[in-house]
Amino acid sequence: MARVVVDVMPKPEILDPQGKAVTGALGRLGFSGMAVRQGKRFEIEVDGEVTDERLEQVRQAAEMLLANTVIESFDVRVETPIEQATF
Amino acid sequence: MADTVDNALKTPDLGQPWAELGLKPDEYERIREILGRRPTSSELAMYSVMWSEHCSYKSSKVHLRKFSELSQETPIGKLLAGIGENAGVIDVGQGYAVTFKIESHNHPSYVEPYQGAATGVGGIVRDILAMGARPIGVMDPLRFGPLDAPDTARVLPGVVAGVGGYGNCLGLPNIGGEVVFDKTYLGNPLVNALCVGVLRHEDLHLAHATGAGNKVILYGAATGGDGIGGVSVLASETFDADGPAKRPSVQVGDPFMEKLLIECTLEIFQAGIVSGIQDLGGAGLSCATSELASAGDGGMHVDLDLVPLRDSTLSPEEILMSESQERMMAVVEPHNVDAFMKICEKWDVLATVVGEVTDGDRLLIDWHGETVVDVPPRTVAHEGPVYNRPYARPDWQDRVQSDTPESLARPSSGAELAQTVLAMVASPNLCDKSWVTNQYDRYVRGNSVLAQPEDAGMLRIDEETQLGVALATDCNGRFAYLDPYAGAQLALAEAYRNVAVSGARPVAISDCLNFGSPEDPSVMWQFTEAIRGLVDGCKALGTPVTGGNVSFYNQTAETAILPTPVVGVLGVIDDVTKRTPIGFATEGDEVWLLGDTRDELAGSAWAEVAHDHLGGLPPTVDLDHEQRLATTMITGAAAGLWSSAHDLADGGLTQALVESSLRRDVGVTVTLPEGVDPFVYLFSESAGRVLVSLPAGSAAQLQELAAAGQVTATRIGVVGSAGPDAVLTVEDQFSLALSEIRDAWQAPIPAALGV
Repeated sequence: MARVVVDVMPKPEILDPQGKAVTGALGRLGFSGMAVRQGKRFEIEVDGEVTDERLEQVRQAAEMLLANTVIESFDVRVETPIEQATF
Repeated sequence: MADTVDNALKTPDLGQPWAELGLKPDEYERIREILGRRPTSSELAMYSVMWSEHCSYKSSKVHLRKFSELSQETPIGKLLAGIGENAGVIDVGQGYAVTFKIESHNHPSYVEPYQGAATGVGGIVRDILAMGARPIGVMDPLRFGPLDAPDTARVLPGVVAGVGGYGNCLGLPNIGGEVVFDKTYLGNPLVNALCVGVLRHEDLHLAHATGAGNKVILYGAATGGDGIGGVSVLASETFDADGPAKRPSVQVGDPFMEKLLIECTLEIFQAGIVSGIQDLGGAGLSCATSELASAGDGGMHVDLDLVPLRDSTLSPEEILMSESQERMMAVVEPHNVDAFMKICEKWDVLATVVGEVTDGDRLLIDWHGETVVDVPPRTVAHEGPVYNRPYARPDWQDRVQSDTPESLARPSSGAELAQTVLAMVASPNLCDKSWVTNQYDRYVRGNSVLAQPEDAGMLRIDEETQLGVALATDCNGRFAYLDPYAGAQLALAEAYRNVAVSGARPVAISDCLNFGSPEDPSVMWQFTEAIRGLVDGCKALGTPVTGGNVSFYNQTAETAILPTPVVGVLGVIDDVTKRTPIGFATEGDEVWLLGDTRDELAGSAWAEVAHDHLGGLPPTVDLDHEQRLATTMITGAAAGLWSSAHDLADGGLTQALVESSLRRDVGVTVTLPEGVDPFVYLFSESAGRVLVSLPAGSAAQLQELAAAGQVTATRIGVVGSAGPDAVLTVEDQFSLALSEIRDAWQAPIPAALGV
């Protein structure tokens, strides 16, 4: 099992009302100078090896379903497993 | 670096991408003549977008003028503002005025259904707001490709969610509209949006920028790269060769911002500190600055560096063209600026002085200290090109009209009629639309007294006096295809009737004219015929056209959509507690049919469902009869005569019986009058008919009323029992359990959309 992560973000030119709301709330809480854009992250558990072909399938899935490519861009990457710490 | 006026003078022969921006050679030449030099790229951007079909109405202007020639008087008084303002304003009495308008947002809703539909709602709401009115309700006539087409499964849910999402967040009830399916709308969905607002007479504001020295304030959302379409041609010229990625033309709406804008703007009006106000819609700042300046008596000077930007890389051309949502522009006297800013601050609305009104007659726009625009504003906003496009009755019109439905096989036995009823109620155009309307908030604000699926939406305006308004939108594009003149009048007559049936007196109309390409003489003919039909119809009914919108180029390759002149009618009712709902109420009530039934099945729902046929001549329209029928309905409603009343339209008497029965699960038994053809009586779509129910014993009162109005009244049955065993019976023909009809009626949309 491997994990592929798809990050979806509103394209830079597109209005992001959610990010705008978070930015406003941060300012009111005293966190100044922080501009937020809000996207979403999909974690996909893939059976077997992550081959180029497999990644291409994930890209297609992102294109068709996970992202609305008219207003959003996305990025696909393989998440490297974190080594289990041993005590 | 930006293309300045100085630069334009120095480089007169620089090639410009006017063709890519949609301008014709003679239009570009005219711009050069007006300016006496080549335009700067900012000027070119402004002219190209303001002279586009969408903003300039260049193909429709000569025909739309006929609307302004109509009497500017409604049946209950003068118009306070007419066609040409952001929206028409009607005096509804008791010191109240109402403004309403319908617009299209068709093309954006095809590209990105959710945001396209959402920003369509946002745009029409700001139009109403700009008149100084509080928006109180919206309606959305929607048209899609076939229900079973894969693309409809993409477009429809997105559009409906967008309409609902934006309207619900704003807290505006959605009180009606239409959902229609036809193959010509595949690839060309129609998303029309209507908004109605209310104001006191003294709060009426018209958009003017008068008084030199007055400040021009841009307020609302910051400006981003939204909605910049063709202008990216210019942007990429002014940027480095490899330039930024092509900017998107999808606008994203923020209804919470719009809500703040509404409250902020109304408070500004209340404080009486604005001289003029304008919403920013299509063509953004280009439109607002040139229209405000040209409606005033002076010029205007704007410094683009002051415009708050969401994206600091925007070029001046892009800032001028941006269609970022939720923005307004106001003209304010200098001593009121502080008060204005204070109100904006209170509502957390960004407001910036970006320029001022000047003595001159030019619109001057600066960027980085240099002039990039220097134009006479009227030439941008009002004196654009006007085309007398050729129009000709298409050669196929005769063929279509002679292909009458007489030869189509008709159901002849009771069993066949029953089957036809079930097939019809389960067809996309006649089935239950609650999958759509349940996603809209109908009752927010607490004044919705009638909403979908009633014939008209009705809103209470004053809680003390119960004064209210009713609205209906209608259009049968199939009828308009068969005969655009009659089709437009049928749309008008149906919306008019729907308002009257609810108990309100129809007073004014707004129309949204959706057609194919104006460059096709056949389409242009359909358009001119529809306008002629509406003008003649409005003359006959005494209802002025207060505004609206034209949407051309709704076509895929050579196939245009059905001509779709959607008509919205506004009515006034003195006491909303006297309204008439569509549902049968009480067992034993008598059921009557008002109006005359003829063998009129061309373009009918039956011809479509049973035979996929569209040919012949649409039902005849008798506007004098419509008026008398309306008076009968309104008088009866005021006297409390009706238990229910339902307009007959698509699907004829059967569909009306089904809808009146299913509304409260109350059955009905119909006895057909002697000598009629059962099929024709049940399925004909003759205009000018209403199905009413009334308490037994009130028949004499009805007959007296009908005789006075010279309206045929025929007793056709009696309301049956309610509950799970309720049935719809046509004596000697068939009897169907309401539960069976309901199952068939409710199934299609959820089944097609897999929910």
